[in-house]
Amino acid sequence: MSRELTYAEAIREAIDLAMARDERVFLFGEDVGVYGGAFGVTEGLYQKYGPERVRDTPISEAVIAGVATGAALTGMRPIAEIQFMDFITLSMEQLVLQAAKLRFMLGGKVAVPFVLRTPAGAGTGAAAQHSESLENWFVHVPGLKVVMPSTPADAKGLLLGAIEDPNPVIFVEHKLLYRVKGEVPEGYYTLPLSRSQVKRRGRDVTVVATSLMVQRALEAAAQLAAEGIEVEVVDPCTLKPLDSDPIVRSVVKTGRVLIVHEACKTGGFGGEVAALIAESEAFDFLDAPIRRLAGLDIPVPYNRELERRMVPQVDDIAAAARRLVREAC
Amino acid sequence: MSELFADLTPERLRELLHQMLLIRAFEESAEQLYLQGLIHGTMHLSIGQEGSAVGACAALRPTDYILSTHRGHGHCIAKGARADQMMAEFFGKESGYCRGRGGSMHMADVETGNLGANGIVAGGVPMAAGVGLSIQMQRQDRVVLVFFGDGASNEGAFHESLNLAAIWNLPVLYFCENNQYAMSMSIARASKVDRISDRAAGYGMAGVTVDGNDLVAVYRETQAAAERARGGGGPTLIEARTYRWKGHSKSDKQRYRTKEEVKEWQDRDPIARLARRMIEAGLLSEAGLGDVQARVDAEMAAAIEFAKNSAEPDPATILEGVYA
Repeated sequence: MSRELTYAEAIREAIDLAMARDERVFLFGEDVGVYGGAFGVTEGLYQKYGPERVRDTPISEAVIAGVATGAALTGMRPIAEIQFMDFITLSMEQLVLQAAKLRFMLGGKVAVPFVLRTPAGAGTGAAAQHSESLENWFVHVPGLKVVMPSTPADAKGLLLGAIEDPNPVIFVEHKLLYRVKGEVPEGYYTLPLSRSQVKRRGRDVTVVATSLMVQRALEAAAQLAAEGIEVEVVDPCTLKPLDSDPIVRSVVKTGRVLIVHEACKTGGFGGEVAALIAESEAFDFLDAPIRRLAGLDIPVPYNRELERRMVPQVDDIAAAARRLVREAC
Repeated sequence: MSELFADLTPERLRELLHQMLLIRAFEESAEQLYLQGLIHGTMHLSIGQEGSAVGACAALRPTDYILSTHRGHGHCIAKGARADQMMAEFFGKESGYCRGRGGSMHMADVETGNLGANGIVAGGVPMAAGVGLSIQMQRQDRVVLVFFGDGASNEGAFHESLNLAAIWNLPVLYFCENNQYAMSMSIARASKVDRISDRAAGYGMAGVTVDGNDLVAVYRETQAAAERARGGGGPTLIEARTYRWKGHSKSDKQRYRTKEEVKEWQDRDPIARLARRMIEAGLLSEAGLGDVQARVDAEMAAAIEFAKNSAEPDPATILEGVYA
């Protein structure tokens, strides 16, 4: 049985189910309690579970990451929230130098099972310090997992999968997806981490996209279908550790690939995907150069039109895919 | 027992004296082995600070947790770790506490509640709040003691952690080993307040400064703080004033302090001080002290042999332990 939920509702339901099922799970962060979270994601959980398990913290991002690490290390299953992904800059030491490495540094004798949820992305007019997409910083750190769901059903299943995972997971939500609706199965279910999904089948060109860009790629694919171009959309869902096989298989089939993400292009996740395709057997099947479409290498601008131009839109994706198909054979 | 030794029995005192001597022997051995080229990397020796490490851990139970620092060999021994597995870790061997992956700066013994040394100044301080919360939420009869230095008290994360532990009333003992220098920067130059423990007032928690070279005094204050924490009285900031006799690490030319200053602190040796007091009180004889030292020497010799004879990690296992 399933019904329509928004992405935000799906995440809330996942947290609710995890807390009902496992005493060790608790939620904490800035304004997650009475306020219900800056984006309303955790609304009602404080009323249901009380102040001990749904905890408001002071504005202290370093210790939020420290609490997640220390509590996970000693038997709890914390879900931390960093209110905007931009603010994760203030948590970096505990996440990168402690949580990620503790298991390895201690010879595999400990585990650090926490989930750190954080909303990323532009499109809200919040300018350069409230709109960042910093996921690839964490992709670069061995020991962390990075999950970026693109649909309500994935958000619920992947969040429950992340909570069950015995590792520190950075769970990146997109602000513009919060109100997006989709069919979500009822009850408790997990989606395995490190499993890429083919969101739409097509034979002409592969689009590898993450988070909000998956939704935009699917819209672009619908447009192009009317022109007779069949786009295959692959969503990695988990960026690290990445399940690369579905990406490689898709490119072997289509011979053309466009990689789309919102984060700045230089040093972004797209470079990693491009490199893995270039190093794989898919290279021999390429009929056109690997293309990337990503955020411009600028801070997110405040002006509405400039902000829109900074991030790939549906038309940009359609145009880039169309160009790729019409390019050299 | 007289007030002189708090509630520590003669037996327990001899045990603590043994621990302090073992720490010093471990540090002296480490330095020699480094000079012989048998240990690589760097190391931060805690010679001169044995009183604070052993005094603090003596007030804890085996089930209590500690988080430690880059100068953490003493904390590890004081919490109950074995010198041989520590030395094997120092040698980078598979039989070491961290299977040779961590080394000096990440020495840990999870079995005895030591959640690890740390290469980052104040790195363990935010985590301590998480461990404290974990204890509180699981209704455990435990406390966590986090060691850090005077340098760490100027990190931003220190402030966040103390504030959080105070508002949530967490069973955390913030134990500052003020050894006077953050590498070359003296605490006098790095802080406008005279006592680091004065900062406790800013968080609404108890704060106390104690002579870190007086094991019994350290024990007494830590015990009081631990009791308060167990009883729901929340965290305490303890400042133990002590001194590192050696340089910060292997590269330190010690231009920032005088030989006279070092000598002055060496005259306040925490080990000699406890031994003398025990002898004066009739709890230990010169011969008895010799016996303890002989035991320590044998233990260290065995530890070094164990480390030398242990196997190197198998390179085929290099990827293990990144993910659970």
